[in-house]
Amino acid sequence: MPTTITPEQATAMVREALSAIAPDADLDGLAPDDDLRGAVELDSLDFLSFVEKLSQRSGRRIEEDDYEELRSLSSCVAFLSHR
Amino acid sequence: MPSLGADMDAGTISEWLVKPGDTVSRGDVIAVVDTDKAAVEVESFDSGVVDELLVGPGERVPVGTVLATISTAAEQASEYPPPTPTGPPAPQQPAPPESPPPSPEPAAPPRRPPEPPPAARTVPVASPLVRKRAAEAGIDLASVHGTGPGGVVTREDVERLVSPRATGRVRASPYARRIAGELGVDLSRVTGTGSGGAIRALDVHAVTERAGTVEAARAEEGGGTAPREATGEERGETRQEGLRRATADLMARSKREVPHYYLSTTIDLSRAMTWLRERNREVPVEERLVPAALLLKASALAVRRVPQLNGFWCGDHFEPAPAVHLGVAISLRGGGLMAPALRDADGLDVPELMKRLRDLVARVRAGRTRSSEMTDSTITVTNLGDQGVETVFGVIYPPQVALVGFGRVVERPWAVGGLLGVRPVVTATLSADHRATDGYTGARFLGTLDRLLQAPEVL
Amino acid sequence: MNEKRVTYREALREALREALAGDDRVFLMGEDVGRYGGCFAVSLGLLEEFGPERVRDTPMSESAFVGAGIGAALAGMRPVVEIMTVNFSLLALDQILNNAATLLHMSGGQFNVPVVIRMATGAGRQLAAQHSHSLEGWYAHIPGIRVVAPATVEDARGMLPTALADPDPVLMFEHVSLYSTEGELGGADRQVDIDRAAIRRPGRDATLIAYGGTLVAALAAAEELSGEGIEVEVIDLRTLRPVDDATVVGSVRRTHRAVIVDEGWRSGSLSAELSTRITEQAFYELDAGIERVCTAEVPIPYARHLEEAALPQPAAVVEAVRKAVG
Repeated sequence: MPTTITPEQATAMVREALSAIAPDADLDGLAPDDDLRGAVELDSLDFLSFVEKLSQRSGRRIEEDDYEELRSLSSCVAFLSHR
Repeated sequence: MPSLGADMDAGTISEWLVKPGDTVSRGDVIAVVDTDKAAVEVESFDSGVVDELLVGPGERVPVGTVLATISTAAEQASEYPPPTPTGPPAPQQPAPPESPPPSPEPAAPPRRPPEPPPAARTVPVASPLVRKRAAEAGIDLASVHGTGPGGVVTREDVERLVSPRATGRVRASPYARRIAGELGVDLSRVTGTGSGGAIRALDVHAVTERAGTVEAARAEEGGGTAPREATGEERGETRQEGLRRATADLMARSKREVPHYYLSTTIDLSRAMTWLRERNREVPVEERLVPAALLLKASALAVRRVPQLNGFWCGDHFEPAPAVHLGVAISLRGGGLMAPALRDADGLDVPELMKRLRDLVARVRAGRTRSSEMTDSTITVTNLGDQGVETVFGVIYPPQVALVGFGRVVERPWAVGGLLGVRPVVTATLSADHRATDGYTGARFLGTLDRLLQAPEVL
Repeated sequence: MNEKRVTYREALREALREALAGDDRVFLMGEDVGRYGGCFAVSLGLLEEFGPERVRDTPMSESAFVGAGIGAALAGMRPVVEIMTVNFSLLALDQILNNAATLLHMSGGQFNVPVVIRMATGAGRQLAAQHSHSLEGWYAHIPGIRVVAPATVEDARGMLPTALADPDPVLMFEHVSLYSTEGELGGADRQVDIDRAAIRRPGRDATLIAYGGTLVAALAAAEELSGEGIEVEVIDLRTLRPVDDATVVGSVRRTHRAVIVDEGWRSGSLSAELSTRITEQAFYELDAGIERVCTAEVPIPYARHLEEAALPQPAAVVEAVRKAVG
């Protein structure tokens, strides 16, 4: 189990994962509470890749039940830096 | 040039991945072809030894043009006819020499196999200049397709095989050379549009007019970028437009020619979703399945059982396809749509199908699709569920005769056995060609699909 | 300035009449030029008007009457010798090449030969292999003579007085297909400048070089190309020797492309000469290879469709220009 993830680290992880999946998406224009699937146009395969990357980076297995927590940038950060 | 889709008239060879003398097997990727839609990896139709590459990189040729010739084992054996009675016996030669002699002197260096007598081999007729040029470029004249009178190999035939950049030789008109010199334009960076790709004044001016854009791109990327890349970006835009036009042509043709009928049904996915959830909990994240994988597998199996929907409308009759190659509609980032095939989808287990699907989507979005994937789809599935819509009434990809659509998996009140519950459901639609089938057949397909999805564990 | 519509044939006749009336050193001679009125009816009525001393029918011996013409010119006359068609001029080639063209040089500048030799040239009238040549390119090879080819009605009238004013031999080639063409004839100034080629149609995309009978095909092609947005500059060479390089090369410098229409056979032709001159003088102005539209290298066929197929037609010219423009 890795050490605690700071909100800054979490934000960086999410942005990194998103830009790897959607290289041409405008992440700077992304508001903290925007719905990621809609704003970055992630389909279910993209979302799975996103989850995969976050799992790898954070060292934490993300269950399907957790998907609701990954709706937006801010909720992702909260989820990852929690505990 | 293979037809990489019903809407393709011509393609451009962007790269050869083999050269004369290479051994290839059926299915090997041998070239990359630029269509209006994408860069597609073309697979060999046959096994053998690459004989000649007839179309050079950058050349745009109509569908049906011979791109290269391959000698099969049988042909190779018969390539050298028995010697004529008057000539000396022909030495057995395994293959034409890789490159012509380095010097024009007729005296054969000892290491080189002796020249076969004229009767024993098709000796290309070519001028001394052409021979010299071919020797410089390392091209075996025997591999060059002569277009001159009587099959004479012309200088242009040789030049066509030589990338101008590789040899530092540029085909440009004298006027283009002069103004390029005056304007400080490097001719090796100019794309020629004249005959045989010759650079003309127009092409030089096109570069200087673009200079502003190029400068901007350079500044943005830290000055290390050559103008060449800016033109690549421009080509990307053209690709997008080409894709739009290709889709427009094909869909207009479909709506013009194909009498569609539409059926729709709502399918209870509670068992499927539960099964998925439980399975996904047990496997590593990267082996997780998405609902689309199940829907695709179920569609493939359903169409195997209702084969009247799996195949092509050919002029005036339906031709069933021998296998189920499921076309998957994939939207491209930045716009556009492609529907490459998941080959033999009915025979893949769901995890394997999932793996193939991810690979396919990644490659298509990266612009690397294989020719067989572009041509083989026997029925197409479109899934707009991720965009939140519940129902998709799709347009058939001619000459296919059916298209299956899935909307979003949503929770809805559902009555079973007199009881009301909340269940995840999906609306499945079928757009089908009324020339090939009637609604009854279509209904049978949707019914089969529903039944299959009620037993996800055996899909 | 009153303009009138006349045929090329009438314009030539008008020029002859004026020359005969204006200078009594001028006389016309040749086969059937008198009583018959000329094989192509150019001199019809002139015998009646000027009498047999000035309009002289000759025996069928080209070498003899061309030689007589050269002799008369040496003696101070201004003869106009008509040879029926260019193929018959071959019988007088020795007189033209070895006498007319050389005597000024060989006499150390003492004897000039102010003769004008007119002849019909070209194919298109089903006169078959022996009477359809375009050999003006051969004559343009010879130093010591001037070769002109009037392509318009104005030039048909205006070139003769200019040729007669030239102190040296002038050969005038009249394309058989032009005799019946019509055009406006205006202006009191009879003489035309035969030192310069004429731009018959301005354009920016390619230079189309023609002369004599091929000018018609060139202009027709230019018209068709204009409909496609290709503006061709059409040059009428007018004088085939000496060629007006300045006009030709000047045009190519503007358009950067050249297409040559020549009714002669391609090999060793006038078109070959022009092409070479352009590359010698404007190589770095060329944005495309020089294109040539010439007559097929066969004896000219008699059958109409074969003859048409052998000759430079507007469609072939259009195709050549398209290729050059790309």
